[in-house]
Amino acid sequence: MVITKTQNENKLVLAISGRLDTITAPQFQEELFLAFNEARQVELDFANVLYISSAGLRVLLLGEKKAMEKNRSMNIINASESIKSIFEMTGFVKILKIV
Amino acid sequence: MNELTIDAKPENLDAVQDFVAEKLKSANCPIELQMQIAVAVEEIFVNIAYYAYSSKVGSVTIRMTTENSVVIEFEDNGKSYNPLEEKDPDITASAKNREVGGLGIFIIKKTMDTVEYQRIGNKNILTIRKNFPQLYT
Repeated sequence: MVITKTQNENKLVLAISGRLDTITAPQFQEELFLAFNEARQVELDFANVLYISSAGLRVLLLGEKKAMEKNRSMNIINASESIKSIFEMTGFVKILKIV
Repeated sequence: MNELTIDAKPENLDAVQDFVAEKLKSANCPIELQMQIAVAVEEIFVNIAYYAYSSKVGSVTIRMTTENSVVIEFEDNGKSYNPLEEKDPDITASAKNREVGGLGIFIIKKTMDTVEYQRIGNKNILTIRKNFPQLYT
């Protein structure tokens, strides 16, 4: 997994490329939590996320909880149909801002 | 029957995924199913790696067939544990109230056609089955 950060005015975009699994989730969590210190608006570009397991979903839920606690926003953009179907199945469509 | 026996350690996840992915590819398994099966394999293998043997390292044997449907069996000698007894997470809860965790086995139950647990002697055997879609109906 590779995460590319781009600052866009007051928004920080994290473009994630690869797999969000048990192995990569700790790095994803670290980068995501850091991002909330750097910007009020964090956007996760999922265009190149090919795979997500419960370990990746866990980080997204922790991220959303952290965002609420710190008065930040977290959006997900460009998720593929198969990733969206996992968000749907797990009820994450209701708790995440998926654009 | 293809078989792999490997130490139940999280860092072996990629080796397990490679073993499964290669068999799915040669069986021409549709790409959407490949991802669902890979997620199920991760959830089961990692669960065994983290919890089956407490602090010791034990092994997992994975057996797989791909005729008409994909059947994958995971066998460990760890403590008795039936993941199907876990209660489903409340997927209607708000982000604030939503509990972290419990999603792995839930996803498996949702995506696989069958999931079976057996305790035989000192072994846990968890078997998942995913039917190939009927392409010619």
